[in-house]
Amino acid sequence: MPEINSYTVNFGPQHPAAHGVLRLVLEMEGEVVRRADPHIGLLHRATEKLAETKPYNQSIGYMDRLDYVSMMCNEHAYVLAIEKLLGITPPERAQYIRVMFDEITRILNHLLWIGAHGLDVGAMTVFLYAFKEREELMDCYEAVSGARMHATYYRPGGVYRDLPKQMPKYRSSEYRKDKDVERMNAAREGSMLDFIEAFCDGFGSTIDEIETLLTDNRIWKQRLVDVAVVSPERALQLGFTGPMLRGSGVEWDLRRKQPYEVYDRMDFEVPVGSNGDCYDRYLVRMEELRQSVRIIRQCIDWLRRNDGPVMLSDHKVVPPSREEMKDDMESLIHHFKLFTEGYCTPAGEVYAAVEAPKGEFGAYIVSDGANKPYRLKLRAPGFAHMAAMDEMVKGHMLADVVTVMGTMDIVFGEVDR
Amino acid sequence: MPFSANQLLEHVQAALGEKIARAELAYGEVEIEVAPDDLYAAMQTLRDSEMLAFDQLLDIAGVDYAAYGQDEWITDEASNTGFSRGVDGFTTGRLGLTGIYGVQSIESSTGRRFAAVYHLLSVKRNHRLRVRCYAADDDMPMLDSIVPLWSSANWQEREAFDLYGIIFDGHPDLRRILTDYGFVGHPFRKDFPLIGNVEVRYDERRGRVVYEPVSIEPRVLVPRVIRDDNRYADPAAEGAKDA
Repeated sequence: MPEINSYTVNFGPQHPAAHGVLRLVLEMEGEVVRRADPHIGLLHRATEKLAETKPYNQSIGYMDRLDYVSMMCNEHAYVLAIEKLLGITPPERAQYIRVMFDEITRILNHLLWIGAHGLDVGAMTVFLYAFKEREELMDCYEAVSGARMHATYYRPGGVYRDLPKQMPKYRSSEYRKDKDVERMNAAREGSMLDFIEAFCDGFGSTIDEIETLLTDNRIWKQRLVDVAVVSPERALQLGFTGPMLRGSGVEWDLRRKQPYEVYDRMDFEVPVGSNGDCYDRYLVRMEELRQSVRIIRQCIDWLRRNDGPVMLSDHKVVPPSREEMKDDMESLIHHFKLFTEGYCTPAGEVYAAVEAPKGEFGAYIVSDGANKPYRLKLRAPGFAHMAAMDEMVKGHMLADVVTVMGTMDIVFGEVDR
Repeated sequence: MPFSANQLLEHVQAALGEKIARAELAYGEVEIEVAPDDLYAAMQTLRDSEMLAFDQLLDIAGVDYAAYGQDEWITDEASNTGFSRGVDGFTTGRLGLTGIYGVQSIESSTGRRFAAVYHLLSVKRNHRLRVRCYAADDDMPMLDSIVPLWSSANWQEREAFDLYGIIFDGHPDLRRILTDYGFVGHPFRKDFPLIGNVEVRYDERRGRVVYEPVSIEPRVLVPRVIRDDNRYADPAAEGAKDA
């Protein structure tokens, strides 16, 4: 009787290391993966088709739910595309706020990534450190938009409202003693910018702590170094963007190469790897955390010194304020039309992309002049990365599949859309 | 120093020549259209040309033009009665053009219904290009696969096939990707209703999952409106209409 060596393993769709819902069919030969066939689409919600049936502004909230750990960056690409179509530019202050929140989002995303990646590979503590910091940034989301995750904060023409002058505070209750409340509110005495600055001051040492735990850790290096090496040529061929491309040694960052908003005024470095393995991609993302803090500091500095509107006053696109609406007939009409019908865009096609934490997130809109997009196509970075799964894990051990999934920073909200 | 949009267009025209069916520069973006027969050769030129060097294929977007320019609300003239300007309920936004509620026939000029739009990026030279290709046959849209040129086309073509039914000739593994196992139809086509055709539930009695026709009512909260906004009107086109 012949000895059968090869067999098939079903990885997921419910597996803690599958980062959501991925069914991975692995053809194994002993413990070595010969072929990986990812079955995606278990989280497919047809966002693009839904957007075709709704006025432009009503789809912004769907963007948050695509890559649900880098919410505002998704909104950003979609809103940029609409603005390009309408030919409008948001006020400068709104642009700085967007850049600041893009970077806050990048930190949020990378913290979740390092937490989950660490957990997958066997480092539990990092997860707890990372999530402690995430909490503060989520509070910033909540302070500006009222929602901790799905903010719908960016709108065509600016951002929904200005940064709060007073950071919301905790209140004492029967479950929370006054002394605790005082401690928790220590950084919340001032404005939101003060709060973010205090976060930036403390965050550098958090990155150091995480790096102390991982960077020279023997187990971490054994699991990451020389795993899933991608050459720069292959990375381009496979459509990699973001840290996945930079980890392979290609210096490409949209914030630098095709700057949008006020990124051209920001001073920051673009980290680039050299070996193209999981360890390099880890180092690239860790350095991006530090650079994000640097950009946030520059934004805080500018926002402190400059006041101004955060939304255009063009009421063909942007709704008038509640007060205006009650006083002024014209504003009432604008308000009514915007909320019952929305605005029509000129016929045409645009593509706008941002450097989301995971790579290039783009929105392609085909408009036929209606108040709804005729076709919306979202370019999700994770989709291209997931497609390279087979190539990256071939010849590796089963345990490395988890490492590769972690290094890709996969979120199924955007892969399946 | 990256090319300006005009320079890029000139370089693309110089490289492809006759193969360009239409070229357009709008919103600072360059878009060209190629015939399906020229698609593969044109893409190869774009990738390998020294001046253009499109080393990345970022995305392939399928588009269904069956309902392009159709709206649900008469905006040009007021009605005699003052009300009921809403176009009747059986429109694309609500029910889909055909399918189980099928009412309208699909009227689009032959060979212009399905298109694939390729988004190219040159990391080397820092520029972007959009390439559009209409499939010749509406009933069986078929285009050449460009997987040999860019590996990233693999899943993107699978997605366009799954959602729009565009067949990519020469694709190594053209399977559905986003929809369920055993799914029928191509859900992003304009004649596929938003609410779908079937719904799934677990049948206690039979002890298995069953598929049934959808039971929910489709509804539209905001009708689709196209307004001729003079702010966006093209002065040249206006002049031509008057003449």
